Parts: sequence; structure tokens; C-alpha cells
Amino acid sequence: MVLGGYASSFVLARDEKGDTVEISVTVNGDTKTDEVEPRTLLVYYLREELGLTGTNVGCDTSSCGACTVHVNGESVKSCTMLAVQADGQEVLTIEGLAPSATELHPMQESFRENHGLQCGYCTPGMVMAACSLLKENPSPTEIEVREGLEGNLCRCTGYHNIVKSVLACSGQDLL
Amino acid sequence: MASSGSILGNAVRRKEDPGLLTGSNKYFDDLDVGSVQVVFVRSTMAHAIIESIETVDAEAMPGVLGVYTSKNLEMAAVNGFPMVDPAMDRPPLATDRVRFVGDIIAAVVADTMRQAVDAAEQIIIDYSPLPANADVEAAITESASVIWEGQSSNICLETALPEMEIQNSTDPFIGADLVVNERILTQRLAGVPMEPNGCVAIPGESGKLKFFVSTQNAHSVRDALAPNLGMDPEDLHVLAPWVGGGFGPKAGLYVEHIIVAKCALTLGQPVKWTEQRGENMVAMGHGRAMVMNAEMGVKKDGTIVGLRARVLAETGAYPGIGAFLPVLTQTLSQAVYNIPTIHFQAHSVVTNTTTTVAYRGAGRPEATQMVERILDKAAQAIGMDPAEIRRKNYIQPDQFPMTTITGANYDSGDHEKSLDAVLVASDYSTLRAEQEKRRAANDNKMLGIGLASYVEVTAPLGLHAEYGKCEINADGSATIRVGTSSHGQGHDTAFSMIVEDMLGIPSADVTHIDADTEEVKQGAGTMGSRSLQTAGSAIYEASKVVLEKGKQLAANMLEASADDIVVGEGALQVAGVPAKSVSWAELAAAVNDDSVRPSDMDGGLDHELVFDEGDSTFPFGSHVAVVEVDRETGEVELLRHIAVDDCGTILNPMLVTGQQHGGIAQGIAQALWEQVQYDEDANPVTANLMDYLMPSAADLPSFETSNTETASPRNPLGAKGIGESGTIGSTPAAHNAVCDALSHLGIEHIDMPCTPQAVWTALQAV
Repeated sequence: MVLGGYASSFVLARDEKGDTVEISVTVNGDTKTDEVEPRTLLVYYLREELGLTGTNVGCDTSSCGACTVHVNGESVKSCTMLAVQADGQEVLTIEGLAPSATELHPMQESFRENHGLQCGYCTPGMVMAACSLLKENPSPTEIEVREGLEGNLCRCTGYHNIVKSVLACSGQDLL
Repeated sequence: MASSGSILGNAVRRKEDPGLLTGSNKYFDDLDVGSVQVVFVRSTMAHAIIESIETVDAEAMPGVLGVYTSKNLEMAAVNGFPMVDPAMDRPPLATDRVRFVGDIIAAVVADTMRQAVDAAEQIIIDYSPLPANADVEAAITESASVIWEGQSSNICLETALPEMEIQNSTDPFIGADLVVNERILTQRLAGVPMEPNGCVAIPGESGKLKFFVSTQNAHSVRDALAPNLGMDPEDLHVLAPWVGGGFGPKAGLYVEHIIVAKCALTLGQPVKWTEQRGENMVAMGHGRAMVMNAEMGVKKDGTIVGLRARVLAETGAYPGIGAFLPVLTQTLSQAVYNIPTIHFQAHSVVTNTTTTVAYRGAGRPEATQMVERILDKAAQAIGMDPAEIRRKNYIQPDQFPMTTITGANYDSGDHEKSLDAVLVASDYSTLRAEQEKRRAANDNKMLGIGLASYVEVTAPLGLHAEYGKCEINADGSATIRVGTSSHGQGHDTAFSMIVEDMLGIPSADVTHIDADTEEVKQGAGTMGSRSLQTAGSAIYEASKVVLEKGKQLAANMLEASADDIVVGEGALQVAGVPAKSVSWAELAAAVNDDSVRPSDMDGGLDHELVFDEGDSTFPFGSHVAVVEVDRETGEVELLRHIAVDDCGTILNPMLVTGQQHGGIAQGIAQALWEQVQYDEDANPVTANLMDYLMPSAADLPSFETSNTETASPRNPLGAKGIGESGTIGSTPAAHNAVCDALSHLGIEHIDMPCTPQAVWTALQAV
């Protein structure tokens, strides 16, 4: 292996025939139809084909969660899913979360209010994961928030204010 | 300096956030500039001669625009640090040999990332392996093979204070009742900003190049990159878009930057490099990586008599600033104590590993880790409480300013104040009582309480001057330009608050420009926790000059004395007569109107300057960590972390607390989990985020942070840095806590990271 895994682990083996597949995905309410290589990961379809660059890529082992989006209402690391698997599904990215161009979603607002972000790179994925967490558990304990966000890494905040943001969004002032 | 009613000192929400929260702010990889993609083929051998590189198949792959090796893309070797022998300069593309896993052998440019990766996998490299070494202590033995041809040993730099002749002829421990010693490892760490490295190079007209890069310092990238491209710096426009974290490793030029720029210039089209995480873990500079043999002499009453340190610092295969960082360790080795004698010696040693660089703290955490650990060991040896041995030896407030025997010019401090604060906040005596109770009951959940006091240096290494400009626009808004380079810290918010406080222009109407070599005249970037005290002070001083000019102008327009003009909301007004006011927009128009402006006044409402605070500043504090160690499994759980950090006068407590939190998490991570590891053949075995144990939210508790405020006399804001304090204080506190939990069993020391395996192993030896 020439690259020794240092550059290539995110790119799956090439289809020798170079075929593409047509997919139709509803993203942030709009239905998109595109030709994609079967090996294209959902995150690269979102970023490169649709220009939705708010979803970031932070690792190549599905460890960091920066690429978290919602598929049919559930949080999914979009690097763990092929674009073709999203065919016929509904995807929500950070760009589609706020109710309007001038308003933030309550979770986004809570992150802002509680300084739940610094460099912002993990933030879209963290916010999407947090929304999903509260949907499943509307009044989590601090421990439940911490365990619920275990799949999303942040290097700036030490998580303290992220946890605080999520708890505040749930209507709890625990920290 | 904040007056009543001032915005300064308030927790003001960040201006940066809306665009980050909605995904609209652009990082370099988000830029839609029609770029093609480069992928690097990196060495899978730690040390080898390259016999051949076969690129023919790769060149024929779909979408490939160029395949480059040192044979067809000539570049000069790059010096990693000025004090290092140029014989160890790094060729951007390896020539005849590779020296660490990750060294770059070829660069493949294709229309898309996937095509570039497919092509790169077709390149065949034939290696003849050479002996490889990733063990710093083995690298200085007589039998060690010397990595660099033409060198007599693997030592590339050394420092000693005082000079070795004196060290060899004197005893630093005269008068000591006891001398304790320990080999203390500060293990190799990866910075892991969530956004890895990367850049986009865009060739322009007549040999110019625009270069977007994820960096902490656009100007130094320009100045270092230009000569490597044979370009005039004026023709190279370097700018950082939004940057997803830095932590030190993004402070300088990478050879990858040079290759990307060369590819773009050669192909005549925009080329992008998007570093992947597995690549990042071997290509981005690492931090720490020192072995510190420390000895401390004390009297029975706890008085420190002397300290001797023998340090080995690992530089990686191509020495960079990591080779120099032991000098900062040396400078800070007196720590917060009156230590009459210090003998310090460090050797920087080449190994077949990734280059070491500055990482959050950079040389100062190492000093604190060493002194705080050996001091705890001394306390235990004489049966003194860790808090009391510290109190006994602190430098006292009336000793400041003072220059230490290791050459640090401390500005101010009050260590007993921060110790008392952290002892109260942690309820230290209750913790000790609980520990006694558990020990008496032979509880399997052993309690450990760790204490650390620290001082660190911010705006270090001559980085205490910075450029700033404040300009009033025609509509009454302001534009500020600074030489610092924000990458998560909230500079826009903080610096805009200064303008609002000085000029009454709402911070929302202040535009902050940084990290752009055409928009900002000069800059030293963001590193060493320097930004507020340098660039913030520059904005303060520039705003002050603008205000004075505005007052003269307003006085003229309002027929009042300039002394009676005060700042109002977006305007200047006559004191006590708010109706008599003139807005900044009116002032901006008036200053360029000859009929209104006083004849002796120049046009324009702007001022630029370089603010120099003359020296570094020295934040300090005390931390307490409380851990529970499972006697059966060796697992360590951090129950609490209490930090009292003093970063001088606080401008925005929300930002300060955020820096404390992030720093603490990174510091705890060193104490308990993180370590870049290599096997015996110098193969990295932690080169992804599954094997490298960066903590998640589930691993950490919430933190108990507070501050004391001891203003620095060195800048008008009274500010000291806060970016690295959390890291510096927390690591030794957590490390001491684990050792404290085990001390009653006769375990005197355990190396970081204190993983379950490490603790369990130590427990088995009891």
C-alpha cells in the first residue's frame, strides 16, 4: 500500500468501469438528482456536488463526528454512508437547520449564548448531534449529554460549554 | 482602565458565531475556486534509501495533471530552525532517502481528490531499509546509529545554564537535608486541531500567487514561502480564511505549502491540498516529547535548596522549533519559587519521527510538569503537605518585578492568593479527610488529590510587539486591522469591544481584518497567548489617537473645548449636553472637508502603530485535580478539576473561561490518555483518531474555573495571555493526583499518560 493509509483511507476502491449511478436525495427540503460514483461518501456528495460546505470532515475513521447530518430525522456521520444509500432519503444539514436566514435554531442560539464553540469546525456536526440527542431524550442529565455526544470530538472547548449549551436548550440550567 | 458603564469586563457574545453556527463561514477547503487536488505519496519506512520511484502508471491514470518527485520538481531544502545545522534541512520532496514515516516522496495532482488518490496508489517505491530509531534515550548512546550523514551524533542543539564548567564544579544541593530525583517523561502529543492542515494556491497575473492557508500566521507563511518559490514577498498574497483550530502546530511553514505552490505555478492553475487525518497525524508537527531527569534538594522544613535538570528533547527527523523549546523550559524552570541554585542542561536529539514543534504551552508545560512533580516527591519524602511546601517557597508579591536566575523577567504575581483560592474552591481539607477515610477502609476506589502552581510566559521569544490600525469609515463604522491571526479565540469580539469602549462605536459596526498580507501591513500571528496584550493593546492605542483627533474636530464643530468632549453612542458630544453631539459619520466627513477641519489638522480619521510592551507577561495560577483510581483495574476517573488562573485584567470573561476549559481538557488529556507512539522500527502506531486517545465529552467532567486578576504593568489593558494556562496548570495537577492516589502504597511516581494499563502495571509491582 503506497500511501500506507495516510491519505487514502477515506476513498473507497474505484469502480474499474468508472460507472456512475443516478440518485435522488431530498436535502434541506429540496430534491436533488445527480449522477454519482458508487463509492462517493455522502459527505463528499453534500460538500462537492451540492456545495453544502457547512458539513466538515475532521477524520477518516468515523471518529470525530464533524460530518454529522440528519438522515430521515436521525443523526448520521455522513462519512459512514454512501451517497447512493441516501437515494430516496431526506437529509438535513446545518445549512437547513435554522428556521430562516435571519433566525437561528434554538440549539444554534444556545451554543451562541453559552459560548459552545470556538474555532467552529466541529460545531455543525455537534449541533446536529445535539438536536438529535434532545429529540430522543428531551430532558437529559449532564452525564446523558456527555455520553450522547461521545461520537463528536471538539479540541477547543473542553466540552464544558457544549454540554452547558445542550442542557440550556433542553430548558435546564445545570452547569 | 475600564470605567463604570464600560463594556470591558463583560461576557459579550461572539460576533464570529452566527456564520460558524450556520455553516456559512468558509474554511480553506470550502472555497470554490476551481482548484484541482494534490495528494502526497508518503514514506511508509521510517528510515530508508530510495532505490527507485516508478510513476509511469500513475501518470496514465484518469484526470492526472502531473506527478512530481524531486527529479522533476526542483526545490531547495528547507531549514527547520535557524540555530540548526543547515545540513539537516529538509528537501520538500525526498531525494535519496526518507527519514520518518510520512516523509513526502511524490505529489500527484489530478482533477479530483479521488482521481489523485487512485493515481497515487499506482506509484511503486523501492526502498532499502536503514536502521530506524524512535527512542530518544537510545539515540544518544554510543552504539546508536547516527541518522544524519556527516553528523557525529544525533544531538542537534544543546543548552546549559549556568555553563557546564560551573555546573560540573559546584554542588547545587549544599545545605539540603534530602535530595529526591525522578525521570519524568513528558510524552509526545499530537495537536489535533479539528481542521487538519491544508491550503489552496492560485496563480495570478505576472507571476503573482494568491495562497489561502489554514495557519496561525499569514505573514510568516508569506515571508518563509516566498524565497522558497524564488518570489518577491510582495507578489505573494497569503491569507487565512476561517481556521479550524491551531494549538501551535499551525504556526509555521510546512514543506507541503511549498510543494502545493510549486505545483500551482508549474501547472498554471489553482491547486488545493486537503490534509486527511491519518496524514495529519504523521505530517503535522508534534509537541512535548522530552525526558526530564530532575533532582531537587530540600531542607526538612520544606525550603528548596536547589534544582538540577538533565533534559532530552526529541526533535524528530528534521529539527524545527522543537529543538529550541528546551530553552523555554530552562527559562521557566525556576517556576513560582525562590530556588537559590538551578543547574539546567538539555540536549535536542534527532530521531526517525515526525518533527516536533510548538504545541499549546510549548516548553513551559514541560518546566511546570518537572518542577511540580519533583516538588511533590520532595514533599512526600519529608512528610509535608503539597500545599504547604508550595506556600513555603513561593516568590512573594513584593519581589516583582524580578528577573529569575534562569532569566525570566516576571512582571507581577501573587501565588499565595491563587493557592488559597483554589484550596477554598476545592475544599481541600475535606478532600484530604475523605482520602484518609478511604485509605483507612482500604477502599478499592482510591482518592487522589493533585495540586500544581504555575507561572508561564506569554508573548514570549520577542513576540511582544504587534501591529494594529483603527480607521473610521464614511458611514461612522470602524475597521480595525491587526497582525494577529484568530483561529477560534474570538479576536473579532474582543478587539471590537475595545473600539466600542474607546470610541462608542457599537462592536457590531466594527470590521475586524486579520491574517491577510495585503490588507494588514505586518503581523507576527497568534501563538504564545500573545494576541490581546499585543494586538489588543495596539487597537487600544490606535483608537486613543483617533479619539484625540476626533475630540479636536468635534470641539471645533461644536464650538467647545476638546477637554469637554466625551464619548457618546456612536458619537462625540459635549459633556453634560448630549444634544450637542456629532456622529462618527459626521466626523469622518468633516475631517476630509477643508472648510470644517482645523487648518493644522491632517485629513483622515485613522491611526496605525506597532505596540510594543517591551517584554513578555507572566500569567500564573493554581489548579487542584481530584481523581479516583480503581485498585482492581487501574482505571483513573477525573472527578473534579478546579482551576484558579490569573491572566491579568479580564476583558471578556466568557472568552477567558472558554480558553481555560479548552486548555484544561488538553492538559488533562496529556496526564491521562494521549500519547503519540512508535514501535521499535519507528512506525507510528497512533496515526488516527481511533488509536490516539483524544478525549470526548464522556471522558471529562465539567470544570470549576475562576480567576484572580493581577494586572500586568506592561500594557494598557493590564492583560496577560490565557490561551495556554489551562494546559500548563492542569497536566501536573492531574498527574500529581494519580501519583497521590497511589502514594500510600509506596508507589512514588508513574509516567504519563496514566492509562489503566500503566496504573495497573504499577499496582502489580506493589
